[in-house]
Amino acid sequence: MSARRLFAILYLLLALGFIFLPVVMLVQYSFQDGLVPVPPFRGFSLRWYDAFLANDRLIHAMGNSTLVAIASSAVATALGFLAAYGMARRKRRLNLWLQLLLMAPIAVSYLIIAMGLLIVFNWLGISRSLLAVGIGHVVINLPLCFAIVYSQLGEHQANIERAAHDLGASDLKALLLITVPMLWPALLAGFLIAATLSWDEFVIAFLLSKFEVTMPVMIWSMLRSGLNPALNAAGTIVFAISILFVILIELLQARSRRHG
Amino acid sequence: MTALSVRPLDLKRWATWPAVLWTGLFFLLPLLIMLAVSFSARVGDRMLGAFSLDNYAAFFSQGGGVYVAALANSVEVTLITTLVSLAVAYPLAYILAYGVPARWQRLLLVIIVLPFWTSYVIRSYSWLLVLSEKGVINQVMVALGLFDQPIGLGNTRGATVLGFVHFFTMLLTLTIYANLVQIKESYRKAAADLGASPLQVFLRITLPLSVPGVAVGAFLTFVLAIGDYITPQILGGSRELLLPQAIMLQISRQANFEMASAMSMVLMLVVSAAFLLFARHLRMERV
Repeated sequence: MSARRLFAILYLLLALGFIFLPVVMLVQYSFQDGLVPVPPFRGFSLRWYDAFLANDRLIHAMGNSTLVAIASSAVATALGFLAAYGMARRKRRLNLWLQLLLMAPIAVSYLIIAMGLLIVFNWLGISRSLLAVGIGHVVINLPLCFAIVYSQLGEHQANIERAAHDLGASDLKALLLITVPMLWPALLAGFLIAATLSWDEFVIAFLLSKFEVTMPVMIWSMLRSGLNPALNAAGTIVFAISILFVILIELLQARSRRHG
Repeated sequence: MTALSVRPLDLKRWATWPAVLWTGLFFLLPLLIMLAVSFSARVGDRMLGAFSLDNYAAFFSQGGGVYVAALANSVEVTLITTLVSLAVAYPLAYILAYGVPARWQRLLLVIIVLPFWTSYVIRSYSWLLVLSEKGVINQVMVALGLFDQPIGLGNTRGATVLGFVHFFTMLLTLTIYANLVQIKESYRKAAADLGASPLQVFLRITLPLSVPGVAVGAFLTFVLAIGDYITPQILGGSRELLLPQAIMLQISRQANFEMASAMSMVLMLVVSAAFLLFARHLRMERV
């Protein structure tokens, strides 16, 4: 083995160690036996998972997160898809500006987006709620959904849409029966990425919610009131669910690559 | 049938507008209102409609320059983060693109960025476990004799940078790798055939051609790091404030939206400046 190869392997291992260090710690200490959820490790126990499952507020917050994630991602995917479709199929001089506007939220801090919404919602009389959080999550995920779908929309589908038109299908019919089925891997990938990000999002959820909170906000408030033993277990469970999403996204993309 | 006689909806014409309307109403409008609010003064609890530069003046002078210090801290931490993350991520992406058999690359990439998908709050908090006085870093350092006794490593700027570097190493590895695999192998082979050493091939072929991926990743790192509240709040503590922490204090403690808006505008101005700096390279990517 050459020195270069050895160095490469060593670097790879070190980098992986660095990247996984906090996650490994988290998972390890979720199994901590003892009252203190911090080092040193005292032995294996599932007691914090029991504590997590017995914590109604945490379970409830998890439900809220799931609701917001699914609803906001569905809206973001639908809006992003329609926008991409309209832009790809109708050439306007305005398109470049519209695209710039749709992508702009990516470059703005979530904190600023959240504060802007807070001010506007105050004026509109929309109270701090899960609905308000969902609206904010659509704002931040719309650019991603739009970009993912837009990159997949090409002449390929346009030709088949045209064929459908020639055979008498309306725009809507061609859209639903031709374009959507052809794009479903991109649509689903967009939806899942948006859902993962929404599920995890903190600042917008923190500023725009009040009584009903999402999981990251609940974890935050637990963190502030001292180290709660169920925290590590909650974190591990959140991690496991995120991993499931990632595997799903990967399988989808592998599938679309094979077919593509 | 009457339903069919209705003129069919021109789908292609309006399909773009719901998203534009949403972004306009819930993103652009709030920003414009914040811009307006940042230019209005506040007397006690009342907001005055009149145009004023009070908030911006206060930003640069009030509280012995705490706001300017927060801005300076943010820029410093973000620049350090971007540079260190690049230094860690580039070799990783390079090894992945050129040192790993093609069919394993995808899987390895997914594994490398797996913690990217874990909860942001929890990921930051997990570093506290690592950095704590009885945590693994202290154990190793004491065992190696580098530390005389365990040191609390949390609540420092270093902890903030560490948490950031962890997150952005994953992001940068993605963008740089995506760029590196697109560089045609024939370029590097041709250079080598013409007598270039491996170092020369890297410096004169691979590195220049990977600039777009580096620029995109560095820009994203800069934008996301400078606007982030969670990592500095959890890992850095409140000993030294970064700008997002200072903004959050204005919102949640003082409910001073005028000042918070002005601070946000300053933050956006810094991000815009960064965009202009990177714009040349960001545009290159599209060509």
